[in-house]
Amino acid sequence: MADLAIAPPRQEAAPEGAAQLRHARMLSVGARCALPVALLLGIGFLAPLVAIFGYAFATPRSFDVFTSFTLANFATLFDTTNTVWLSFFWSCGLALLTVAILAVVAYPIAYGLNLVFGRWSALISVFFVFPLFVSENVRLYGWVLFFIKNGVLDGTLKWLGLAGGPEVLYSPGITLFGMVYTYLPFMLFPMTLGLALVPRDLVDAARDLGAGRLFIWREIELPLAMPGILIGMLLTFVLAIGATAEAKILGGQSIIVISHDIEIAFTYSQNWPLGSALAVLVTFFIGALTLFALSKLDLDRMLGRR
Amino acid sequence: MGHKRTNAAIWTWTLFVLVAIYLPIVCGALASFNKSRYFGFPIKTYSTEWWQKTLDSIEIGMIVKTSISIALLVTVFSVVIATFGALAFARYEWKGRKLYQKLILLPIFFPQPVLGLAMLLGFNAVGIQTSWMTAVFAHMIWIVPVVTLVIAIQVYGFDPSLEEAAYDLGCSRTQVFREVTLPLLWPGIWSGMLFAFLLSWSNFPLSLYTTGADSTIPEWLYAKMVAGYTPMVPALGTMATLGAACLLLAGGLIGLLLRRRAAA
Repeated sequence: MADLAIAPPRQEAAPEGAAQLRHARMLSVGARCALPVALLLGIGFLAPLVAIFGYAFATPRSFDVFTSFTLANFATLFDTTNTVWLSFFWSCGLALLTVAILAVVAYPIAYGLNLVFGRWSALISVFFVFPLFVSENVRLYGWVLFFIKNGVLDGTLKWLGLAGGPEVLYSPGITLFGMVYTYLPFMLFPMTLGLALVPRDLVDAARDLGAGRLFIWREIELPLAMPGILIGMLLTFVLAIGATAEAKILGGQSIIVISHDIEIAFTYSQNWPLGSALAVLVTFFIGALTLFALSKLDLDRMLGRR
Repeated sequence: MGHKRTNAAIWTWTLFVLVAIYLPIVCGALASFNKSRYFGFPIKTYSTEWWQKTLDSIEIGMIVKTSISIALLVTVFSVVIATFGALAFARYEWKGRKLYQKLILLPIFFPQPVLGLAMLLGFNAVGIQTSWMTAVFAHMIWIVPVVTLVIAIQVYGFDPSLEEAAYDLGCSRTQVFREVTLPLLWPGIWSGMLFAFLLSWSNFPLSLYTTGADSTIPEWLYAKMVAGYTPMVPALGTMATLGAACLLLAGGLIGLLLRRRAAA
């Protein structure tokens, strides 16, 4: 109580001045709070990108970063006979299909988490989050054990006296399946946040006015939930472009994806400058896409539901 | 009305997807109890032999220790940085905030294998030898933004007038932070800690390029999947999964208590 007695007079002396002072202080406090993150990402994210950029212009098959300058690496990549274009189309195609399939798979679940599951929602969310904490290697390898000859599916079917399971492993199709499987949470959670933005009374009002379900979905629910759906689509697309584990473990390298090409350049062929040039192209592609999409979104509204 | 039928369909679909999500994890657990070296289903003889071998292996013991060390350090550093990051993200109005909110997301929207390689290049360019300690740093680049978002959601839900009241009562800034801000944010910080630890624990693409001669659990598993499969692979995989599940369960219960106390 003693504190209470002492503190107020100082504030009463200049209430407006104090409020202004506090406002000015908040400005700088915000910037100061952002400083550690900014430093970390500046050193750990931006600097490596600069290094990659430097390497991309270095003499092929050398380690002369920042001392040599040549466009030879890009010339190699833009050569139309180079297989990286095939990899790039595989990656883009698979990523687009992943996004399309996941949008359909995740939508009913996101809707359910918002409106149907009620008190079970939290628990079901946890079940969808948990796989993120299991290395994707482990989960994808589990599918190998499921689909492999004499594996869980094949063995069970044979045990039942049937012909045995189909041979699906080591094909582009199973790679796509693996991607859909791995990136489900990244579509589901932004979509759930997006659907939470739809005011229910608006839907009720439309229904009272006689709008059909399809009409409500198309004219109210979908447009209002779009920010979340878009973030989910962007996130899954970008992650799927960079995915390698699915093509390696499930796909058995039946197709080479773009990040795998980058890895090959860095490891097997020991051509860091070429790998860097390719990484720079992928970075620009993803960066442009991400920045364009993010510039259209209001994150305060999405996360804070203000 | 078809309302009930739609709801039933949504339940069925969700449960079906959940079963599919956990199916491979169950397959791995089954394979780890298979006595013979090569997997075949239905399993002829079950045994815990491979679990025992995994537990007895000195090599695996070291790998587990590396994984835990990385995850612990990542958790401590990430949560401290991300707590301030989240305040800047959601609490304070400042000039660069909108831009900051977007830039901080970039590492999440970046393919991790490429990020890992870029960091390897960066370490190489400045002459740092990669080891498990460089992996701590690499993990943080991806985990700090995630944890910032997790904590930011808690920050959005908190009432700034509580802080202002404390200032009006003459508290210093450190006092306000310690006595008001921090206790109110605890549930979010706790979730952030769980995320940080578990995401680091399960990370493969960043570790692959930044651990140097050291190896983490996901790396070891991948190396053995590619060449040299034994049932120790699914055994260690299942152990890692169970470890994560126990931690999440314990952490979730503590988080629930924290939330209840924060609400009271």
